[in-house]
Amino acid sequence: MLVAAFTWTEFAQQIAAGIREGAIYAGLALAIVIIYRSTRVINFAQGEMATFTTFVAWSLMNHGLSFWTAFPIVLALAFAGGVAIERIVIRPVEDASVITIVIVTLGLALLLNGLMNLIWGGGNQQFRGPFSTRTIDVAGAPISVQDIGIVAVSVALVALLALFFRFTKLGLALRASALNPDSSRLVGVRVGWMLAFGWGLAAVLGAVAGMMVAPVVFLDPNMMQTILLYAFAAAVLGGLDSPIGAVVGGLLLGVTITLLGRYVGFVGEALKLPTALLLILLLLIVRPGGLFGSVTVRRA
Amino acid sequence: MKIKLGLEIVGFLVLALLIAVVPRWIDDFTAYEFAIVGMYFIALLGLSILTGYSGQISLGHGAFMAIGGYTTAILSVDGIYGHQLRDLWTIPLAGVVAGVAGLVVGIPALRLSGLYLALITFGIAVSFPQLPKKFDHFFGGTTGKVLNLVKPPFGLDTTPNNWLYYLTWGIAFVLLVFAWLFLRGKPGRALQAIRDSELAAASSGVNLATYKTLAFGISAFYAGIAGSLYVISRAYINPDVFPIILSVYLVAALAVGGLNSFVGLIVGAALIYVLQNRADDVTHWLNHLPALSLDPKRPGMPSVIFGAVLILVMVALPTGVGGFLRRIFGPLTSRLYSRW
Repeated sequence: MLVAAFTWTEFAQQIAAGIREGAIYAGLALAIVIIYRSTRVINFAQGEMATFTTFVAWSLMNHGLSFWTAFPIVLALAFAGGVAIERIVIRPVEDASVITIVIVTLGLALLLNGLMNLIWGGGNQQFRGPFSTRTIDVAGAPISVQDIGIVAVSVALVALLALFFRFTKLGLALRASALNPDSSRLVGVRVGWMLAFGWGLAAVLGAVAGMMVAPVVFLDPNMMQTILLYAFAAAVLGGLDSPIGAVVGGLLLGVTITLLGRYVGFVGEALKLPTALLLILLLLIVRPGGLFGSVTVRRA
Repeated sequence: MKIKLGLEIVGFLVLALLIAVVPRWIDDFTAYEFAIVGMYFIALLGLSILTGYSGQISLGHGAFMAIGGYTTAILSVDGIYGHQLRDLWTIPLAGVVAGVAGLVVGIPALRLSGLYLALITFGIAVSFPQLPKKFDHFFGGTTGKVLNLVKPPFGLDTTPNNWLYYLTWGIAFVLLVFAWLFLRGKPGRALQAIRDSELAAASSGVNLATYKTLAFGISAFYAGIAGSLYVISRAYINPDVFPIILSVYLVAALAVGGLNSFVGLIVGAALIYVLQNRADDVTHWLNHLPALSLDPKRPGMPSVIFGAVLILVMVALPTGVGGFLRRIFGPLTSRLYSRW
């Protein structure tokens, strides 16, 4: 049987859950795209960076801070951490081959994952989120406050980021150094620091995604592994160099995968991820640039 | 050129001799440990053909090992038409099944450049463990399958661990010679040409599709053999026997050893084994350093060390251990050549 018992209420709930998942994928996908645009690096440590900052938030909250007090502190720390990582680890291999850079970010992921295990132990931790899990009635369907909150925070973050890139001088410099580093350098943009700034921003986005997802799943060092993969898929779906694509791709993927998992019996919970990857692979074969990405002509 | 060939053949003979005599000097458990290192070495050989020679990256080789392992488990526990196979005969079959899976992955890989390939193969690594859970009546689900314990065949008078050692390193030696023959001839040159410039290779008449897919197939074949041997040695399989992190460890070990250095691969293989199974010892040893007191019971030490080593090697020594050795011995051997 292909379609399980169907009610509109449940369908609406599934859509809401899909949007919530999608918002998280979109945040992380955006982080991946920002780094990719500026440094042409896919950051395999993005998930581990996000989880690490979430653990820092958890520690702060265990020391008596409330979520919303810890939130800005963690974002500041994440930003500093992201900048430091670019300066210390990525910069020395900037000009190396793709394989080398991928391996360095993998090394970073291993290192952070191990550090989390060393510092906080391996087990699952309960992470108290800022939003209650009680449901409210939205157009006849019960939707949890938490889902609405997660989506609201993600939307606000993306809007802020868009405004920042569009209307500030720093945003312009960031875009310029991603687009054409040599010319930017000539007009006085400090490209090296812009790249580091991009990593800082990406770490902040990851931290937000981590703190939003931790109350839904349990907090553990491997929390982000599958989520990171969905985020990769979302980024590729939208086009690796398109920020709008990352957001649209994230939401699209979240909703599609949730619906497939719920209503197509064969897919179920277990085959969600493989299905997502298969869809992405098919898309890549048909449209190598993704939905919104620019198709580059390669020169040997 | 002739002297280089001679040196390489002498190298192989020395290696064969070493493989044969080492068990005399080590105890039974160490033989088992060496056998496991040999299995990682086989997997790394395959990965080296793919990444080091054809320039394609795979973050999913743990999954190909798992395919080999499951093939062995299913054939020797459930059998075909009720006929259980002896574990020994499942080894080549495991390689073939994994190799075919590699060819299948290799075809879409043709359309994907470096980063996309890394993403897709990483996806394979992460999603493969879901399959045994989904099709549990076939794969044994999360509980897994239990195999017969290793037993030396043909009434050989040796311990199981010694047998495992000879089996693994025997196969490793054959596969090493095969890789050497494959890479020193036309296919090897074609693959390296592709790695260095696809456009230049194609315009010199190298068939990109054939060679790139072939490299994927052979590489997965090696991984399948390694996975099969690993399952035979553990006599047990479930999704946790080949964890997701294994795929990352393999790439990491390859990078530390040097992308295309056979000697470096042994170092890489040993590194995986030590960090996975001897992490406690490493922690104890690290505690001798001043200002460090780490709890060996905490998980995560292997990943911290591996990650740190990986980053350091990539930053300071981008060609890995193999490249380092070459830089030391290179001038020596090239002087040897020039005398002739």
